[in-house]
Amino acid sequence: MKFDYFVLPFTLGFVFLFVYLGITYTSWFIKLDKTDKKAIGKGFLSIRLFSAVREIILETLLHRNIFRKNRLLGFMHMSLAFGWFLLILLGNIEDQVYEAGSMNPPYVPIFFKFFNPTVHAFPMHRFFSVLMDMLLLMVLTGVILAWGKRIRSRAYGMKRTTKLSMGDKFAMSSLWVIFPLRLLAESITHAAYGGGDFLTGTVGNFLGSFLPATSLFYPAWWAYSISLGVFFAALPFSRYMHIPTEVVLILSRHFGLKEKKDHTPLTDVEVHSCSRCGICIDTCQLAFAGGIKHVQSAYQLRAIRYQHIDPAEHLNCMMCGRCQLACPVGINIKDVRLISRNKLNGHPIDKNEYVKTIVQPVKADVLYFGGCMTHQTPAIKKSMTTILKSAGVDFWFMDEQGGICCGRPSILTGHIEQAKAIISSNVRIIQQSGAKKLVTSCPICYKVFRQDYNLDIEILHHSQYIQQLMDEGRLEINRLGARSVYHDPCELSREIRVYDEPRNVLERIVDLVPSSYDKDDSLCCGGSLANLSISMEKRFEITQDAIFKLTQGNPEMLITSCPQCKKTFEKASGIPVKDLAEIVCQALTGLRKPLKKANKQKKQLQATDFIMGGAN
Amino acid sequence: MIEFGYSIQTNRQIDYDLNERRILKYIRKNEPSVDWCMSCGTCASGCTAAATSDFSLRRMILMARRGEEAELKANIYRCRFCGKCLNACPRGVNTRNVIYWMQQAIKNINTL
Repeated sequence: MKFDYFVLPFTLGFVFLFVYLGITYTSWFIKLDKTDKKAIGKGFLSIRLFSAVREIILETLLHRNIFRKNRLLGFMHMSLAFGWFLLILLGNIEDQVYEAGSMNPPYVPIFFKFFNPTVHAFPMHRFFSVLMDMLLLMVLTGVILAWGKRIRSRAYGMKRTTKLSMGDKFAMSSLWVIFPLRLLAESITHAAYGGGDFLTGTVGNFLGSFLPATSLFYPAWWAYSISLGVFFAALPFSRYMHIPTEVVLILSRHFGLKEKKDHTPLTDVEVHSCSRCGICIDTCQLAFAGGIKHVQSAYQLRAIRYQHIDPAEHLNCMMCGRCQLACPVGINIKDVRLISRNKLNGHPIDKNEYVKTIVQPVKADVLYFGGCMTHQTPAIKKSMTTILKSAGVDFWFMDEQGGICCGRPSILTGHIEQAKAIISSNVRIIQQSGAKKLVTSCPICYKVFRQDYNLDIEILHHSQYIQQLMDEGRLEINRLGARSVYHDPCELSREIRVYDEPRNVLERIVDLVPSSYDKDDSLCCGGSLANLSISMEKRFEITQDAIFKLTQGNPEMLITSCPQCKKTFEKASGIPVKDLAEIVCQALTGLRKPLKKANKQKKQLQATDFIMGGAN
Repeated sequence: MIEFGYSIQTNRQIDYDLNERRILKYIRKNEPSVDWCMSCGTCASGCTAAATSDFSLRRMILMARRGEEAELKANIYRCRFCGKCLNACPRGVNTRNVIYWMQQAIKNINTL
């Protein structure tokens, strides 16, 4: 068997890595619940495996998502990952061709040139040596680009990169020296014994011209082996844990594993899959509009992984989901953050308090739920009741006298138990009313109704319901024709994606101006209920920035479909901010006069009442 | 000394300097805007939790100022973080953060 003492650092690192990964992944698998285990068992036998393998190749090797963001950044990652992978693969094939059929330990293909420095006599040796040199050049290009990225990240489409911890820097340095050392070792081998090609040969000839190649031959291979060993030993404790874990994540995603309310092994997988590439930092509004640069998901996932969470930093997130959409690994950042928030903030509750409800259920076809925020914007609530009345809908304004909240703010701030109590109380009212449809004018409520309530009735945002009413011809609409820009509220975008309905409604009434922050790219208004740490000044800065960006097309009006967004924008906007319901209500034909008349009559009635009362 | 049948009463004034200050200090450290509160009660008037329970942010801040730990503990977890008070506050107090740090203060009362 081929052996030399210099292979020991590599071999030890390699064995350690595999034992460590084996133990970690097995313990995660054991901790999974039964259904998830079954899903994994089934997944390996199903056709999903192929789609998973396809994604693994596309993402972990070719880095398609990073290519989409920036070509140079994508090339850097691809040349490192795919290049190294091919180098290992081809090294093994080369070894197999050279020594047909013999089983060699894993270090032999890695240190092929050391064990077989002068061979020229096996088939296609020239093919292999050229290809290996090309691959080494590819990986080295990646390494040089990685050095460049540390100096000037803007060239790679990133304004900011992650500030790395010492451990990460150590692991990164060991990764950076691996391939230059391989080049050095192979070049010196060429200088001493020959066998190099266009890259290693040329460099070898150059180095051999002034260095004592034969005496450097052995130390160079030692250095290469040590750098590999150090990197493998550091991998499980650094950000490079994402390399093997991303494969696990993609597999579990394809096998249908989902995040739950508590910390599960899947959460561990997601947390360890974060490579801290820092793509999330640039997309974060806190960073580019608020100047808060140390709280982004890359840092928080790291804090969760190493369990040193700082509550003030951890809660400084608006949960808009922009980073989740940008994440090249596709980590379910929002769910992971909610789980850790619940760990941080969860507290015992008195359930009886939430069972007490202010209202008695009323039978109706349609339930209208305004939500807390709608009650702070009476214009929306009035408009909605007017719209529903003029369409002749049999509805009940569920929280007209005030509700007990929908539960979403509690979920967002990590008070799951409280949210559960609120939800069960609300579900009881909704079921007792026997309604077929639940309409809400608040996206925050809409999202929680859709995701956490498990109701068997139709749940609609008011934009969706108004579109239905319009399509059925129950609303007669005038065109107002003002140039307006529509702002997608966070809770309706990215995850739930209610994009077309509000636009369809608004296009019939106003002239919509597109903005470059439409749909998936929409901005948070700054009034997010998820952030428990940001100061009011920073909130205002974010709002101003969002308004500035939304009004680039010089619209006359800013329209949104969320009461909280409206309320927040109103504080900073130079143009009127309206809710979709207000616009529709304004555009209703023949409404204004009867409404005025009715009001007048009402006032007269009140006046007579007063006089009568006084007379009595 | 001649007894006239009456005496000077002992001082019944509340001395704010003798209050338990730990909780307020902790909140102030993490959310300085708590000091802007002028106890107007606008936050409590629209509060969702106040409709069904004894919770009221105005009172909570008063209790924190007086150092009434038991009173705080009984009510502070009733907040639902819906954020209505945040929009309502005329002084711009970051109300939700104040409540959050109050909860943390009660939770970690022994280590403050």
